[in-house]
Amino acid sequence: MQISGAQMVIEALAQEGVTTVFGYPGGAIMNVYDEIYKQENFEHILTRHEQAAIHAAEGYSKVTGKVGVAMVTSGPGFTNAVTGLADAYMDSIPMVVISGQVPMSLIGTDAFQEIDAVGISRSCTKHNYLVTDASDLARVLKEAFHIAATGRPGPVHVDIPKDVTAQIAEFDYSKPVELETYKPVTKGNARQIKKAIEAIAAAKRPLLYLGGGIINANAAYEVRELAKVMGIPAVETFMARGTMGHENPLLISMLGMHGSYAANMAMSETDLVIALAARFDDRVTGKLSEFAKNAGVIHVDIDPASISKLVNADYPIVGDVKNVVEAMLELAPKKIDSARYEPWLETIGHFDSLHPLQYHEDSERIKPQWVIERIGELLGDNANISTDVGQHQMWTAQFYPFSRPRQFISSGGLGTMGFGFPAAIGVKSGAPDKVSINVTGDGSILMNIQELMTAVEYKLPVINIILNNNFLGMVRQWQTLFYDKRHSSTDLSVQPDFVKVAEGFGGIGYSVSTKEEFDAALKDAVEKNVVAMIDVKVHRMENVLPMVPAGGSLFNMMLEYKDK
Amino acid sequence: MSDNVRRVVSVIVYNESSTLSRITDLFSARGYNIESLTVAPIPESKYSRLTIVTSGSSRVIEQIIKQLHKLIPVLKVYEHADLVEKEMALVKFPMGENISDIDAICGAYNGKIVNVGTDVIFVMVADEPKRVSNFLNAIKKYHPKEIVRSGAVALER
Repeated sequence: MQISGAQMVIEALAQEGVTTVFGYPGGAIMNVYDEIYKQENFEHILTRHEQAAIHAAEGYSKVTGKVGVAMVTSGPGFTNAVTGLADAYMDSIPMVVISGQVPMSLIGTDAFQEIDAVGISRSCTKHNYLVTDASDLARVLKEAFHIAATGRPGPVHVDIPKDVTAQIAEFDYSKPVELETYKPVTKGNARQIKKAIEAIAAAKRPLLYLGGGIINANAAYEVRELAKVMGIPAVETFMARGTMGHENPLLISMLGMHGSYAANMAMSETDLVIALAARFDDRVTGKLSEFAKNAGVIHVDIDPASISKLVNADYPIVGDVKNVVEAMLELAPKKIDSARYEPWLETIGHFDSLHPLQYHEDSERIKPQWVIERIGELLGDNANISTDVGQHQMWTAQFYPFSRPRQFISSGGLGTMGFGFPAAIGVKSGAPDKVSINVTGDGSILMNIQELMTAVEYKLPVINIILNNNFLGMVRQWQTLFYDKRHSSTDLSVQPDFVKVAEGFGGIGYSVSTKEEFDAALKDAVEKNVVAMIDVKVHRMENVLPMVPAGGSLFNMMLEYKDK
Repeated sequence: MSDNVRRVVSVIVYNESSTLSRITDLFSARGYNIESLTVAPIPESKYSRLTIVTSGSSRVIEQIIKQLHKLIPVLKVYEHADLVEKEMALVKFPMGENISDIDAICGAYNGKIVNVGTDVIFVMVADEPKRVSNFLNAIKKYHPKEIVRSGAVALER
């Protein structure tokens, strides 16, 4: 069929089953937006900034498991989107981002709103394309969706010059993807899996180290089963929160810089690390030479480059974690006696009772950790929880009772402030039946506050809960601990009236200083089902603890901070 | 462990305009060093072959190979252990130098005089990279005006 490049984009998205696109129009992408106006295949959600369009698509993708789609124009439209691309790349989120480009005849002339988009996105996407002929569009878009969703997922960027979207050419989306150079290994090597199971059977203190790839691979319930069958305890990375479910007796907690004492001690004492789709990030391992020092390492990952990158794997297994765990589940019942690990579970229980994750109540001000626990008590499984970046993010990861995968949506790898609100908008549009909470800080929320307008316009009732300590809290914490309390440029005493801000955009705002007020505000916001901001005045100087100082060993945790 | 030794890596890539920058971007983004890089299409195929001379520990090289492999247009990557390696150099001398001496040295390094102008003569040599370096040392006293090296190409034995 002979259609225009712009029509091809619409047609390809329809064939891919896309139902929601986030974006922002502009000169170079107008032909495509003209076709969006005419079609009814998908809803287009106009964010109020291109960065937010990408984050919203990320949130949508994370909660649904589908490829997120966003659309922006050339030049500043694209450069605004770069942070989102980098964020999706670091957290392996499958995305297709389409940008307009100046017409082919103007490329390279420093034309209005021209930027070398593929040159910029090369280092923060899984792959990218500059489409120079409309007859390539079907193939390119099909490849883009395929590459984004397979192997280690990631964002793919497609840059389309304006004249290419106007060009009429043949469109045939039925041809299968043929990429001779891209064939991810998904099935783990059977012999390696057998060896790994034997190593587990021989270990005394094995530990499952669960990474975010489990959630990407939809393998959480298989992993729960594997842990149960083997009777082996598990630690979750930040990205893997929700994999085991908070009530699971085999779940220790999160490990790493702000992991629990028990989780970090378990990692330090284990004799066999069973890493499932985790990548040994520096925020997880602390000082590498001291990390799980006496342990063998089984490492299952879809990305061969993640294996033995930082920690040498004794049993490397390249494959889709779901396939590999299923293969392990076939062998485990015969080979592994779970009773063998009972003393190890006891040791871990002892670690946990020695220094449980906790905080101390304050009679004057609400403690931020209490807010997180309270959201958990009031909403629990009924909410999806997005966060921004900083102290509130770590407290959420520590104290929220996550019960399922895809419940927790946060910027892990890149640590992007401003991620939470637009992501929570995408989460709400992808999972309308759950309450969409954005736990944020008084710093982060201002980085994409304009999205109040998007949420109000599209009736996506995100509830923003601001843990307001009048500080850029995490940086302030580091300044307190490591910079002799020189709180350089982190005091946010001057700030807007968040209630009025919310109301100004047509949402609803609550100012909260007591626990009773918080309960009332959250209940009211959930009941009214409108876009809300709950500004919670919390204790100003609270620190996220435990803490492994950057570059320190996991077992050297700061458990308390006493102000001298 | 053999640390920071010279390595020769061959990369077979799909022949499209952006591929070379994907590869060089990868090296700079991850802090790997490129000593030389040559690229040319493989005859009668849609692929090109790159020969990259780099250096690093075995762990770094393993990462380089894996990261290269992750690039979508990359078909194959191999590090050569047992290889035949050649490099070419072109040198321009002023006419006044001792031509027969230069010619004799070229002969010893698999080379010859390839072009003679009114003021300058051109010679080429093609040999192992180390020997090309030796050659360039040996001809220093004949005041070469300009030198260009091609970078290494290699094939596994």
